[in-house]
Amino acid sequence: MRHHGRPQRPSRTVLVLLLLASFTVITLDVRGGDHSPVDPARSLVGEVLGPLESGTAAAVRPFTSVPDFFRTTSGLRADVARLKAQNAQLRGRLETSTVDRNRAAELDGLLATSRTSGYALVPARVVAMGPAQAFSRTVTIDAGRAEGVYPDQTVLNNDGLVGRVIRSDRSTATVLLVVDRESVVGGRLGSSMEVGFLRGRGETGDTGRLDLDLVDSSAAPTRGDVVVTWGSRNGAPYVAGIPIGRVASVYASPRQLSRRAVIVPFVDFTSLDLVGVVVAQGTHGDRTVLDAGRATTGKAAR
Amino acid sequence: MSLVRALCLTALMVVAAVLQVTLFASLSFDGVVPDVALLVVVAAALVRGPEFAAGLGFLGGLLVDLAPPVDHVAGRWALALVVVGYLAGRVRHDAGTSAVAAVVTVAASSFVGTSIYALSGMLLHDPAVSVGEALGVIPLSVLYDVALTPFVLPVTMKLFRRLQPHEVAY
Repeated sequence: MRHHGRPQRPSRTVLVLLLLASFTVITLDVRGGDHSPVDPARSLVGEVLGPLESGTAAAVRPFTSVPDFFRTTSGLRADVARLKAQNAQLRGRLETSTVDRNRAAELDGLLATSRTSGYALVPARVVAMGPAQAFSRTVTIDAGRAEGVYPDQTVLNNDGLVGRVIRSDRSTATVLLVVDRESVVGGRLGSSMEVGFLRGRGETGDTGRLDLDLVDSSAAPTRGDVVVTWGSRNGAPYVAGIPIGRVASVYASPRQLSRRAVIVPFVDFTSLDLVGVVVAQGTHGDRTVLDAGRATTGKAAR
Repeated sequence: MSLVRALCLTALMVVAAVLQVTLFASLSFDGVVPDVALLVVVAAALVRGPEFAAGLGFLGGLLVDLAPPVDHVAGRWALALVVVGYLAGRVRHDAGTSAVAAVVTVAASSFVGTSIYALSGMLLHDPAVSVGEALGVIPLSVLYDVALTPFVLPVTMKLFRRLQPHEVAY
């Protein structure tokens, strides 16, 4: 660098080696698919960084919530939170009431409804959010295998469906939000019981929307219709009857056979905090498992 | 001593990767957060040169690729930060002198890094990002990185100077 005042040429070898190393990692991960050789490294980093992230989130929470202190006193704040939770809970009940009515009309309706009200939930907090630069919508929650959280479990909050668990480490888990573009959820229209598939658009803010493709092209969703989850076998990855969102507009494209509706999700994905993971009945973990009725009051009393 | 140095560097990258998803997630602007890891790599490039920064970029990028909420093909940030470290190291003789030059280097590095990351995503369909969406996010992240530069760059550059092994000028 200081030879005869002329900058020394940096060695290209290092650059080439590092680039090759990067390409190798990418190739290994892409070719590996579901059983990628990178996964052990990923879970190792998750085991180490997960608790660090939980700790940092807990440490910075007092600072990130500083703006709230100026808005109102802490007593009023608690009241507002409790009332909000109650409000959201009542609204959720109202929005699923049409579905419940339809279900009750069917022969096995009552049975299914009683089952939907019996979900066991593990409460968890969102501790880290993936950046928008990564183009995928994922969050980390502070509950993992130790709390009974495993991949392909439904995640919801007071307002409705949040997403599903895609990976779980010992004390943290990664959740794919329903607004991610890779996410596909089976949905059911509350008014007509028609089924369809909801796809995310990859946007989280106020513009976060889901696209609903109905299976039956003759079915006509109307504005304001509520969409709930359709549910899968054994409740994995999604359990049935969780409110997702409301129909905002409907399109019928001549090229495609099915109708397409745009759904506004109930959940505000930019301010996710407390969520619940639906676990199997009788799960025992490090944390108290709440049944559906008590879970909502637990959140309200927070 | 070199072991201590390696530990310090690892700790620095871990702090950057964790801050990026926790503290800055709540300060995000439209979901975009500053790339703290990228700023650290640029600081390393300005102080220590291209080879060191590319190496650190590879390790830091791999860490960001594997840290929890992220769910993309591993190695994409590593690739981006290797290139960023090398390029920023190549221009350090001009950029190491004035604050304006350093800020311009950060802006260019941020643009290159985020673009490489987005392009690799388009090539791998992981996830299939449209050009329009990428163009919407990249300028925001460049702006945020530049805004964070005065807080991160001087501290990390001082740290790298301190961690530099005492060598005779060659």
